[in-house]
Amino acid sequence: MTDTTEASDASAETKSGQQDLGLIGKFLKGTEIDTRLLGMFGALALIWFGFHIYGAVFNGFGAMLTPRNLWNLSVQTSSIGIMATGMVLVIVTRHIDLSVGALLGVTGMTMGIVQVEILPQYLGLGHPLIWIVTATIGILMGMTIGAFHGWLIAYRGIPAFIVTLGGLLVWRGAAFLANNGKTISPVDSTFQLLGGGPYGTIGATGSWVVGIIVCIAIVWMMVSSRRSRQRHGFAQRPIWGELTVGGTSCALVIGSVLLVNSYPWPRGIVNQYAAANNITVPPEGLFISHGFAIPVLILVVVGILMTILVKRTRFGRNVFAIGGNPEAAELAGINVKWMTMRIFMLMGSLAGLAAVVASARLNSATNALGLLDELYVIAAAVIGGTSLAGGIGTIYGAILGALVMQSLQSGMVLIGFDTSVQQIVVGSVLVLAVYLDNLYRKNVK
Amino acid sequence: MTDLRSGTPLVEMRNISIAFGGIRAVDGVSLDLYAGEVVGLLGHNGAGKSTLIKCLSGAYQADSGEFWIEGKKAQIASPRDSRNLNIETIYQTLALADNLDAASNLFLGRELTTRFGFLDDARMEAETRRIMAQLNPNFKKFKEPVSALSGGQRQSVAIARAVYFNARILIMDEPTAALGVHETEMVADLIKELKNQGLGIFLISHDTREMMDLCDRVAVMKNGQLIGNERVEDVTEDDILSMIIMGKNPKKQQNYQN
Ligand SMILES: Nc1ncnc2c1ncn2[C@@H]1O[C@H](COP(=O)(O)OP(=O)(O)O)[C@@H](O)[C@H]1O
Ligand SMILES: [Mg+2]
Repeated sequence: MTDTTEASDASAETKSGQQDLGLIGKFLKGTEIDTRLLGMFGALALIWFGFHIYGAVFNGFGAMLTPRNLWNLSVQTSSIGIMATGMVLVIVTRHIDLSVGALLGVTGMTMGIVQVEILPQYLGLGHPLIWIVTATIGILMGMTIGAFHGWLIAYRGIPAFIVTLGGLLVWRGAAFLANNGKTISPVDSTFQLLGGGPYGTIGATGSWVVGIIVCIAIVWMMVSSRRSRQRHGFAQRPIWGELTVGGTSCALVIGSVLLVNSYPWPRGIVNQYAAANNITVPPEGLFISHGFAIPVLILVVVGILMTILVKRTRFGRNVFAIGGNPEAAELAGINVKWMTMRIFMLMGSLAGLAAVVASARLNSATNALGLLDELYVIAAAVIGGTSLAGGIGTIYGAILGALVMQSLQSGMVLIGFDTSVQQIVVGSVLVLAVYLDNLYRKNVK
Repeated sequence: MTDLRSGTPLVEMRNISIAFGGIRAVDGVSLDLYAGEVVGLLGHNGAGKSTLIKCLSGAYQADSGEFWIEGKKAQIASPRDSRNLNIETIYQTLALADNLDAASNLFLGRELTTRFGFLDDARMEAETRRIMAQLNPNFKKFKEPVSALSGGQRQSVAIARAVYFNARILIMDEPTAALGVHETEMVADLIKELKNQGLGIFLISHDTREMMDLCDRVAVMKNGQLIGNERVEDVTEDDILSMIIMGKNPKKQQNYQN
């Protein structure tokens, strides 16, 4: 009985599916692009062009779509983006972490003390090991605090909301006490490179190398996935679909290389650099490209590693199983408590890494570092399609979400909105995004 | 009552009890299961059938009582322990992660990996297609999350998961509840085949006639207690119904009279 209705349902579905597939439908099916991704690119384009045109019309200058601004945007996105990848796992398992901003603050402050006041005593000022020891301590400290939060949540049954709300206050207070509220500046000169800035970049040639490697990796991944499908006799994506996806991805990569390479060092830095390296600067000036900033590369590497973790490892699969049905995961033999604790450890480590990037970029550690970041990070994950009901979310979505949030913020700064207006807009956008997400999911079902 | 079963039982539950708050969900139940045998568990809703088998599958920890598996005393403190004892369970709730596809659910907690330790999704999907082709040839939705499947299709995923891993002991808690007539027949055939392969099966169902047909023995529970445990040849459908409803075992009374 059920059988026959099911069968006819299925055939009806495919029939109507075939009839209704217009050009757009065919395109989406052939390329296997999800509509949410397109939606996010749409939102990004709207923000970028919107602010640019607004600036051009009302302020006489469109500052949004300049290499300089987009490059800055990429650097500003890094620290939020790094944390957002971890927040995906936290939210997917139906938890929340409100403490990431405070965690960034306390680890940033600790790293400031370690690299400015402690390590130089033993290693000597400017020692090449300082940056790596400092960053390792910061990341381990984040991991330890995350482990403690995770333990309270998983093994002591205190809701994540409460544990991390408490953590938000505790660690922000600790960040203040660590140095009695005083700012530590400047940081170690090598450490500083991790935050970007003219010297914290890989230049034009380096950026081309990275871009080309990434393109080769994209093509290799598509070919190997196609081979694997072939070997098991599964349906293939049509060739034109593969070409569209591969071509667009590589075009985006090459486009961003061209973009970051078209943003030159400012004249002052060029002269400084030339003087240090005995280069004579011609009268028309030297064009030295920034290229990709190191924090952006850190974000890209984190994004790739986290994607592999989520998509290709048992850990990642189990995270999503827990999010979809915690009881079923437990019954399937997954150690849900230990998994939960590890997820918060990962989140803490990423907050430590984000603190490296953020304090290096500011060239200082202050107790206000990362203030309100938790909201941006959660917003980035949610705008990027992570469902608060659990079980659904992607890493690339969260990174794009961070870019959307940061674009919005930076666009408002450029056209001169007050901080208060910015807050109102960001808050409203977050609520609107979740509402649109609900509508989208209902329609998809 | 002569017993033709011989050797050590696959499963021996001795005096299992578990309470939730004040409710004694399972109250001193002893029950065994032999290789190649299907034992049916019957009783009203709330009689304690699911709770009893959940103690065996590790979902709950019994308050008291012992489990002996193939002649050895076993500690079953978690679902992992139970799986390691070659016990597979189809839960009444199916216990599927709705956001994942059929293959991910089938291999949940036991994912296949490549030699580099990464998930081997292609092989998992191929294996899922292979077992589904045997169990439910109409099953086509391999790419969708199981939330997009019908009740029957979801049930077949849960059945496939229990059957795939070559269990010695199979627990089926109302496996045909969401199935149509044809699919129910297929499950009945599957049970017979697995029985012939020498598995021991605990089967829970409300369909008394189906149980008389499939089971070698039926055990009836009421209010957490075991009312009767009889070979199907020795009882009539009416006997079973009266055990379920009245909570009395007519066979036992006869025995007393003799
Ligand atoms: N996790 C639980 N918490 C509280 N009570 C429970 C729980 N699981 C089962 N029970 C109770 O135990 C009794 C037996 O339930 P169950 O084993 O599901 O019955 P059956 O499967 O025979 O219909 C019921 O009264 C039920 O309410
Ligand atoms: Mg039940």
